[in-house]
Amino acid sequence: MNKDLKRLENAFREQRLEPDSKVKAEAISAAMRSFHTEKKSAAAQGISEQTRLKEQGGRNETLSNWRRVMNSIQSKWTYGLAGSASVAVLAMMIVGPNVGDVLLPQESLLENPVVANKPLKPENETALVDNPQNREATGLSSPGVALNEAVRDEGVSRVANEAADLLSANRSRQQSQPQLHFNKGVNVGGAVPATKSLSIAPSTIDVPSQQFQGQGRDKFEAVDANPVKIVREDPVSTFSVDVDTASYSFMRASLNSNVLPQKNAIRIEELVNYFDYDYDVPTEKSAPFKANVSIMPTPWNAGTKLLSIGIKGYELPQVETPSSNLVFLIDSSGSMNAPNKLPLLRNSFKLLLSTLKPDDTVSIVTYAGGAGTVLEPTKASQKGKILAALDSLRAGGATAGAEGIRQAYNLAQLSFKEGGVNRVILATDGDFNVGISDTEALKSYIERKRETGITLSVLGFGRGNYNDQLMQTLAQNGNGNASYIDTLSEARKVLVEEAGSTLFAIAKDVKLQVEFNPALVGEYRLVGYETRVLDREDFNNDKVDAGDIGAGHTVTALYEITPPNSASALVDPLRYNAPETQFDGDASEYGFLKIRYKLPDSNTSSLITQVIDTGHAVQTVDAASQDSRFAASVAAFGQLLRGGQYTQDFDYDDVIELAQSGRGIDPFGYRSEFINLVRLAKSAAALQPLKQ
Amino acid sequence: MGPEVSDEALVKLAVNGDGEAFGHLLERHYDLLFRVAYRFCGHREEAEDIAQEVCVSLPSKLKTFKGQSRFTTWLYQVVVNRVKDWKRKQSTASRLQNAYVEVEALRQEEAAETSRNLKWLEELMAQLPEDLKETAVLVLGEGMNHREASEVLGLKESTVSWRMGELKKALRIMAREEA
Repeated sequence: MNKDLKRLENAFREQRLEPDSKVKAEAISAAMRSFHTEKKSAAAQGISEQTRLKEQGGRNETLSNWRRVMNSIQSKWTYGLAGSASVAVLAMMIVGPNVGDVLLPQESLLENPVVANKPLKPENETALVDNPQNREATGLSSPGVALNEAVRDEGVSRVANEAADLLSANRSRQQSQPQLHFNKGVNVGGAVPATKSLSIAPSTIDVPSQQFQGQGRDKFEAVDANPVKIVREDPVSTFSVDVDTASYSFMRASLNSNVLPQKNAIRIEELVNYFDYDYDVPTEKSAPFKANVSIMPTPWNAGTKLLSIGIKGYELPQVETPSSNLVFLIDSSGSMNAPNKLPLLRNSFKLLLSTLKPDDTVSIVTYAGGAGTVLEPTKASQKGKILAALDSLRAGGATAGAEGIRQAYNLAQLSFKEGGVNRVILATDGDFNVGISDTEALKSYIERKRETGITLSVLGFGRGNYNDQLMQTLAQNGNGNASYIDTLSEARKVLVEEAGSTLFAIAKDVKLQVEFNPALVGEYRLVGYETRVLDREDFNNDKVDAGDIGAGHTVTALYEITPPNSASALVDPLRYNAPETQFDGDASEYGFLKIRYKLPDSNTSSLITQVIDTGHAVQTVDAASQDSRFAASVAAFGQLLRGGQYTQDFDYDDVIELAQSGRGIDPFGYRSEFINLVRLAKSAAALQPLKQ
Repeated sequence: MGPEVSDEALVKLAVNGDGEAFGHLLERHYDLLFRVAYRFCGHREEAEDIAQEVCVSLPSKLKTFKGQSRFTTWLYQVVVNRVKDWKRKQSTASRLQNAYVEVEALRQEEAAETSRNLKWLEELMAQLPEDLKETAVLVLGEGMNHREASEVLGLKESTVSWRMGELKKALRIMAREEA
């Protein structure tokens, strides 16, 4: 054999590649699970491979799967762009002069002017790929190839799915591109949507196959609505608070592009908790919140009542806010190169800066191409320096591994503030590969760091491949919160107005438990909180983790309750096991509410109790407080978006009417915005040919 | 069940629902999947992911193995196709570039113990065009003859031979540059 070849062969031999035994074991056990699933579902037809994996698989599979989804997106995306390339470019031109940030792609194009001509030089390849306009160009050349390859590899049964995905990618791309600017217009111009966007609208007309609309590649955990429970059998309901609001902003982003959000994107409690309600606030930090209870007739069901439990966290006076040490961990990979991602992120962080005290420190780490510290810990008083660092951020390059997250935590450690807020704020579009190869490892890394006092918050940006589940998991394990930022006003809400609650926890592991009295309640149903339900015995177990409440946070939980022996009861009484009619409970009490929480620096919980009695009830919807009516309208809307299983014939118009009656003063316009969203949902629903 | 049971027999059992047989197959061939994936993509974690994806997809894919070729040949095909998919779906070179950057960093850490040959190999793999690289991995790395490699890659045998010739030329040029 030729000596060069021989040398190569020897080198291969010398390169002993030992797989990591743990990874190997994991892969094999994942495959075994897949094997058993395959066996079981051999008869079931028409389920795509991925669905099955997702349902059955452990975390690791989900991650691989996720990556695979991500990967396949990129090529489909490219293909999708082929159809709309010129439209997209045109749109950018139009918006460019108004919003400087939108010009980004062109800038980076100029930075790499001759990319296309040089063959096989990796640096130039990178530039070629990360520049969206070039990406479009690449996509134009070989869409057919990609499709054919897919067919060959996956077998004919997958073709339909692939094609469907291609279409949907194509479609959502065409839809969202112009719409982004539409949103932008709203932010920049003020309250009313600018009619300018109409000039772009025709691009959405020649779009094929409406039914794939809005399915996107955004990933959400599938959740079933909480079922109706019978008080006699199951009188106690237990759950953890949830102060996230990501679901609301995601829904808004969807509706603003005239697409109904997918069902699983809607977490009703997050919609309800998006709004601030005027609950009684405690005056002492030692008892961080009070329970507010009210009962009104259910707007969507005359035969039932709606029990609302609201708590509002104690608000820290400004002088008492602990000092903060924040590390921004910013995903600046190529995928962030969109007007609603990096530029929006940059402006969001600028807003956050305005809320900091002079002694607070800020550092910035980016991960793209190579992870890098953009800004060493810097006092917030040196605003110019921080702003300059933010402005220097450019999207480009691929996502670089574990390094980013490690550097971020190191910096947080470096300027650790004893007794203060030490937090890493991860901003990403979900297309991030943090390099630790599975979610479990990542989770435990974040958990370990949490124990050293550094918490993690996640800010989600952009659409298209937003990975909601991962974001939620990360934030929950880092004791932080996950928010989804779709507009600058949302950034203002999360980072400025709610900076207190976002940053300063006043109580942790907050759990609620309600015991219903069978004398007054026959059935009950917890609206929302599906992912937060706890077992009855978890309530008193301080080891069981639950949600945190920040300063000034409001949390609302709604129960739909049915009186005993009511015609509206969904469950028929038993014929053979007729219940005894004896009740021990007081006939004036609906139930008993218990709240357990821990103060931020304590490991033992305290208890707050409250009787829910007839004194809390009002007889008509109109007699209820504005807040109660508004919360009910939001809950009704959430349920409608999730398919309206329990809402009878209550429709979007009813939601609007109810919300309007509960709008109140609405100083920031959030409630008015909600009402507009319902209107958008009405028209989006009309466009939607298939119910998902 | 000892190693004397043939792959093909295990496949038959596995297709008929024998989990143990399936497990044996994986045990036996995971290393191959990982090795090939690694050599094609040059990135450990990606290779682990690809290997796992292939493993997870096997239960449904096995049915398509008709036994015209050896099982390993078929398996090579599956993993090679998967890697190619992966590459296509990558923002092509960007991630790859990145991968080799990471390899480079690792290599520097272990520079003391890494032989000159290994270093050369990594650099070479980063430079070679895809078609030559995949051919080299199979023929030289996996010790296949041209016919087997052509079967895995879905090419004519003569193409593989031609590529090996090209590879030889490329190596010679690089060797000259090196010197």
